[in-house]
Amino acid sequence: MQAIKKQSTNKRKHKSPFQLALRRFLKNKLAIGGIIILVIILLAAIFAPLLTEHDPTYGDLLKIEKPPSEEHILGTDSSGRDNFARLLYGARISLTVGFSAMLFTLIIGVITGAIAGYYGGKIDSIIMRLADLVLAIPFLVLALTIIAILQEVTVMIFVTVIAITTWPTLTRIVRGTFLSLREQEFVLGARAIGSSDFRVIFKHFIPNAIGPIIVNATLMMASMIIIESGLSFIGMGIPQPTPTWGNMISEAQNIRILKDHPEAWIPPGLGILITVLAINFIGDGLRDAFDPKSNRR
Amino acid sequence: MYKYIIRRILVFIPMLIMLSIIVFALAKAAPGDPFTGKILDPEVDPAVFEQQREALGLNDPLPVQYVNWASKIATGNFGESMYYKGRSVQSLIKERIVNTLYLGLFALAITLIVAIPIGIYSARNPYSILDYSATTFGFLGLAIPNFFFGLIAIYFLAIKLGWFPAQGTITSTDVSGWTEVWDRVHHMVLPGITLGLAGTATYMRYMRSEVLDVLGSDYIRTAKAKGMSERNVLYKHTLRNAIIPIITLMGFEFGALLSGAIITEQVFSYPGLGTLFINSITNRDYPVIMAITLLLGVTILIGNLLADIFYSIVDPRIRYD
Repeated sequence: MQAIKKQSTNKRKHKSPFQLALRRFLKNKLAIGGIIILVIILLAAIFAPLLTEHDPTYGDLLKIEKPPSEEHILGTDSSGRDNFARLLYGARISLTVGFSAMLFTLIIGVITGAIAGYYGGKIDSIIMRLADLVLAIPFLVLALTIIAILQEVTVMIFVTVIAITTWPTLTRIVRGTFLSLREQEFVLGARAIGSSDFRVIFKHFIPNAIGPIIVNATLMMASMIIIESGLSFIGMGIPQPTPTWGNMISEAQNIRILKDHPEAWIPPGLGILITVLAINFIGDGLRDAFDPKSNRR
Repeated sequence: MYKYIIRRILVFIPMLIMLSIIVFALAKAAPGDPFTGKILDPEVDPAVFEQQREALGLNDPLPVQYVNWASKIATGNFGESMYYKGRSVQSLIKERIVNTLYLGLFALAITLIVAIPIGIYSARNPYSILDYSATTFGFLGLAIPNFFFGLIAIYFLAIKLGWFPAQGTITSTDVSGWTEVWDRVHHMVLPGITLGLAGTATYMRYMRSEVLDVLGSDYIRTAKAKGMSERNVLYKHTLRNAIIPIITLMGFEFGALLSGAIITEQVFSYPGLGTLFINSITNRDYPVIMAITLLLGVTILIGNLLADIFYSIVDPRIRYD
């Protein structure tokens, strides 16, 4: 194995570490499978209006809880809305919430982690103690408490609440990488020639820490989707009639729907499961690609 | 080692204070005070409420209010519920906490019983069929939302097959002795498995990689070289070392277990702390919400503290700095 690796690096001297990672990633079958599945779900979400003519928020009160028919492939829900349309449009919300919550958390996490890891000292311990505290309250409890205080939920508020309750995980990772980079000679070199802090962080630290950041952001997006669905399930997430997968499953809290209409709540559940699996496969593939050692035991 | 433990406990105290400040801030940010609802009564002169507010110290400066609040909390007095009029928060929590504790322990027991042996087997026979199935299970277990798994379990195992009850903790209250215990356990099977699922997947992965790590170390090779039997190597050297991170993990995963309980209890209408919490949020019963938030926060801080202390005892090499 070692020999083969050496040979290949000799032959392709001009490949950057990023290109090497990309090559390793493309060889990972599960990760590629994950990408294909995710693209399919994404296309279904984007082209939802072409795939169904029903409005996911329009409830026909004369057609409540109808079983599947030609008109309504997955039947209708307790307000007479078409389940199939809700499934497709729900993918939009779930993916948007997952992605924007991840992005928001990423911004907070990278900035706080970078400041803590780069400057160290007092500011570092303040940020990290704050992170410890946020981690000490179970995420769900903190998020629900904040939602209870705010008394209203919109997509924007929801994303913000998720971000302010989950940033510490990423902060810790970024800080850890930065701390180890800080001691390295090329950083000293960069400082010696008079680079500003800003330049050192963006030109030298971030590119070196990008691997773990991307991997964790990906895996984080998967858990954000689960979180969104969980909160919507208990009725504390995005409010009705906006279709989300969690909202759809929450219909099954009614024992009649749970029992008689599995076609209403199983598809959105499978939607979450498949999406999260696909994202996790991609995340694991990225991890192996950026850190080849992690998989070799 | 003792120095480490003492220093770790000293860090714990300011964390505890900070946690209480956060919860206090949340409580203050919450709309309404003990007079909300009553103030709508037009018969009563608003000045009377103002007087009572003054008497209760609601007009004091915030730091004073915090100290008063904290000293009450320290004696276990969380005030009165805003929704269940006349009931103390403490009594509401007391009523529910046992159920959640049982459920949590039950889930943890299932998790450990399933995850550890499979993790060990997977590590000793990597790339075997069972190892692959375990890995697949691990992926699925972490990707499936626990409420969806719970609903699937209710649908197939409770409704279609009728093997387990779908909700509650007990069928009727007039059974006692072993029948009661059995009935309670029977009710706990589905929520227990649901709650333990994600943990099982996590512990299994962890156990596998830990055992693999240990198996590759020099002292295992030495033990084998000196002619120790496979069995002895496994029990005396491998497991003893591989189990340490698992116990530490338990300390840190405790919070995840409690968070999971909130949603799981909701799915199974299980009368625990989680359902109380959700109900309190729906009813905007802020004193109960804050009490549970604080309680869980403290539990997690203690869990982390114990995990760290335990780790410093079994592995004296770690230092605090």
